[in-house]
Amino acid sequence: MTFVEDVLLTAAAVFVLTSLVGVFRIVRGPTMPDRVIAVNVVGSNVVIVIALLAAAIGEPGALDIALVYALLNFLLSIAISKFTVERGGVL
Amino acid sequence: MTPREIAVVALLAGGVFFAIVAVVGLVRLPDLYTRAHSTSKSETLGAVLTLAAVTIAFDGGLSTVKTALLLLFMFITNPTAAHAIVRAAAEQGIDPWTEDAEGGEQ
Repeated sequence: MTFVEDVLLTAAAVFVLTSLVGVFRIVRGPTMPDRVIAVNVVGSNVVIVIALLAAAIGEPGALDIALVYALLNFLLSIAISKFTVERGGVL
Repeated sequence: MTPREIAVVALLAGGVFFAIVAVVGLVRLPDLYTRAHSTSKSETLGAVLTLAAVTIAFDGGLSTVKTALLLLFMFITNPTAAHAIVRAAAEQGIDPWTEDAEGGEQ
């Protein structure tokens, strides 16, 4: 366990903790767009955690998972924002 | 400490700082539009700095290219998603927070 791996794992732990704080806004967001924004932030944090773990444990294959997760995260935001305004007109 | 380790630690410190700033803004700010502002800017900068650290931590090769592409993708799509959500919220008729609505003077 080298020094860089330790630092990467610590940063991943901090990102997980900030995601858990963001879950507060998902649970208690007064409006639906509040929750979507909080879900988007948590999803971005998950992508970053996957990339950090891929570098820390030496598993470059996990980067593919991170790329697909980022793509789905973006698709979720766009789909929900289009769907709530146009009632599914984009589909 | 080699220069590469110093660069990784510095970029990670910056990324973690901005991620914490984004989450504090997400929890503490008063309405949807200010929260979207906090997350779309601070969270994007935190993500870009952290992924830059991961890019340096991988020593060359295909992994570095993949992480750089992930960085570019998040740099483009994160503000775009926040913009789309906020625009949908505005078209739904959600009013922004003002001093009057808070029960201040006037």
